[in-house]
Amino acid sequence: MKAKLFDYIDRDNFIFNLSGLTKLLCFIFMTFAVMFSYDIRYILFVMALSAVIFKASGLGFKQVKIMAVYVVIFLLLNFILTFLFAPVYGTEIYGTRHEIFRFTDFYVITQEQLLYQVTKSIKYASVVPLGMIFLLTTNPSEFAASLNRVGISYKAAYALSLTLRYFPDMIRNYQDIAVAQQSRGLDLSKKEKLGIRVKNTMNICIPLIFSTLDRIELISNAMDLRGFGKHKKRTWYVARPLRKGDWGALCFGALILAGSLCLSFFVNGSRFWNPFV
Amino acid sequence: MEEGGRKGAVIEFEDFSFQYFSQAEPTLHGINLKIYEGEKVLVVGPSGSGKSTIGHCLNGLIPFSYHGKTGGSLKICGKETKDMNIFELSKRVGTVLQDADGQFIGLTVGEDIAFALENDRTGQEEMKETVQRVADMVDMGRLLKSSPFELSGGQKQRVAFAGVLVDDVDILLFDEPLANLDPATGKTAIDLIDKVWREYHKTVVIIEHRLEDVLYRDVDRIILVNDGRIVADMTPDEMMAADILGKYGIREPLYVTALKYAGVKVEAAHRAGRLITLDIPAVQDAVLKWHREREEKEAQQERPVILAAEHLNFQYTKKRKILQDISFEIREGEMVSIVGTNGAGKSTLAKVICGFVNEDGGKLLLGGEDMRGRTIKERSKTISYVMQNPNQMICKPMIFDEVALGLRLNGAAEEEITERVEHALKICGLSPFKKWPISALSYGQKKRVTIASMLAMNPKILILDEPTAGQDYHHYTEIMEFLKSLNEAGVTILMITHDMHLMLEYTSHAIVISGGKKIGDASAVEILTNEEIAEQANLKVTSLYELAKLTGIEDAQGFVQKFIDYERRNMRA
Repeated sequence: MKAKLFDYIDRDNFIFNLSGLTKLLCFIFMTFAVMFSYDIRYILFVMALSAVIFKASGLGFKQVKIMAVYVVIFLLLNFILTFLFAPVYGTEIYGTRHEIFRFTDFYVITQEQLLYQVTKSIKYASVVPLGMIFLLTTNPSEFAASLNRVGISYKAAYALSLTLRYFPDMIRNYQDIAVAQQSRGLDLSKKEKLGIRVKNTMNICIPLIFSTLDRIELISNAMDLRGFGKHKKRTWYVARPLRKGDWGALCFGALILAGSLCLSFFVNGSRFWNPFV
Repeated sequence: MEEGGRKGAVIEFEDFSFQYFSQAEPTLHGINLKIYEGEKVLVVGPSGSGKSTIGHCLNGLIPFSYHGKTGGSLKICGKETKDMNIFELSKRVGTVLQDADGQFIGLTVGEDIAFALENDRTGQEEMKETVQRVADMVDMGRLLKSSPFELSGGQKQRVAFAGVLVDDVDILLFDEPLANLDPATGKTAIDLIDKVWREYHKTVVIIEHRLEDVLYRDVDRIILVNDGRIVADMTPDEMMAADILGKYGIREPLYVTALKYAGVKVEAAHRAGRLITLDIPAVQDAVLKWHREREEKEAQQERPVILAAEHLNFQYTKKRKILQDISFEIREGEMVSIVGTNGAGKSTLAKVICGFVNEDGGKLLLGGEDMRGRTIKERSKTISYVMQNPNQMICKPMIFDEVALGLRLNGAAEEEITERVEHALKICGLSPFKKWPISALSYGQKKRVTIASMLAMNPKILILDEPTAGQDYHHYTEIMEFLKSLNEAGVTILMITHDMHLMLEYTSHAIVISGGKKIGDASAVEILTNEEIAEQANLKVTSLYELAKLTGIEDAQGFVQKFIDYERRNMRA
């Protein structure tokens, strides 16, 4: 079956064995580091790192293929739209203007604009794999446990983790319903016009919503009957105490963040790295 | 109830009534019932009788989750439930819900069992110890790290069971524990409940309508509920003698029916509550006499083959072969059951036939023509598939539109649509509801809507996935008689099922699949009297067969066949 998107599959390696809390914090640190800095050298460095981590986690590209395709499409769109709406924003930032090619007076390709846009795209491109690593290597329940430990209410955390968990189920359910509806003549293939295809997809969503609602009633009853929400706090079967590796990873994440901040404040003097002056 | 005098009552209903806010009439009226410590009680009743509502009252879902008006009193362990809360109640009454899949909260077995402990703020070390101990009680100790996808239905139920045992509750409540299990797994589930009841001295309440399967092990009392009232409260032996089950839409054990056909007047002294305790010498003569007097039915003539499979193979991935070398022939106008364990490949076979997935090898022939390359849509003109859960199929708010959907999508003229939809609705007994919204229908009626929407397409072959799952005997008979009438009108019907009664009574032909291979292809009677096949496919040999053996009938298979023929001729005419 195709329904492997967001499926958590347990593995035994360094990344998987880190506590969910560690992974959450490292994800936040590294994302912030990348988001803060506009220094393409540093972002490339983090991007390379995230590729290494991805490799080390033993995840296959197959698992993230669909996500990757969407990300690339988004980045391309973003790249084009940025140029269309603000073609000379780069020159404003860097204060210089090195023209490469001139379409019209307004649409000019400059080295500054290119640097700015490439930097921005790489920023996103380096955060997304980090997010995917985090999602795919963290047991959803442990993820809830870690959210709870950083101060988020356990009810909210549990709701989130249940959603993550039932997502693959919902996709499976959707596929079942889709084939059953197709056998009634519902056409979802590319032969049909887009408008009708969207309408046909709606026809699948209604039974999906109803069967999901049934499911929610059942699970919430099951949780009530086993005392969910009795106390202000709860413990977690899957919570892992922080071990040496966790502290190491945390320090590493913090270092990346510190590096980004230092580079901005002390080396570049601003969030941008300016090779043009 | 000699024991009642010695031990105290743990559950006491006194003139208890309940009405859901959403309903015009009370669901329970004047319930008076005492269940004593250490008893094992079976609550039976048709759908809508209020038996599940009784369960909800015991575990506190009523009044804490489902609101309504209560009257009278319900005490659990001497305390009014009204004055407790759902958490306090859950420490006394542990509930195993019907759908073991849906109630699986944790991501692994261990985590799910620990759920109640987590909510009680138990420390991690103590939690792990308790989980291990309880998991061992239900034989799941070695699977603590498994995820729900890797477990069978029976195993999931064991996990649910362990999940309530961690609380060391006094009362165990099972809400239709057999509903989603195949016969053999159901038997193990009943064994397990029995083991915990004996070894840990719990009070056990089982709500179920599959009476014969529960009576596989001892039960102290059977409470029969109908229309929100208790209509009988007696031991199984008395219940069999009282001859009232059928009247309230509960199927009595098949061997009891056979005794009645044979002219035996069942008395409590016959101890017919369980086949093991049955006083065989007292009934033997009558059964043997009946068997001698019945004649064998003549064989039917053969009709042309409509659907055939030749060496069919299917796999999702290289390692996991789902179907291997399946060949069979289905003749026009047959009613066939496809049986086997969960995950054996039954549903996949249906999917291959409908073209939802494509075979990797072998051939499927429809009326002699190879179906390879035909799309879902093309196949759907001859083959219709009805999913198990009608909520997964229905996508229009109004009944008429739902039934018309397939035709509209295929671009039929509106006049023709009206005509065909009305015809389909009539066959399905839904004509009076034509203008109704679907939300006003019961589950069984929705099921019929889904069948009607398929019929409107005029299929030659109808495939149904578990057509009677979750239906009581009354609705079961209704659906099956309806399918039979369709079948007599010429539609070939294939049913995926693990209901052995259905197989035995309605389908002359059964195909058994186990581990992706076909291990049996014969008449249902032959399959259900073949101990080897039954065991491999997680079926259970029918109690009729056992009765025949016990009474010394050599041709036990013939006896079963005679029973079925007799029933068809005399009871349903």
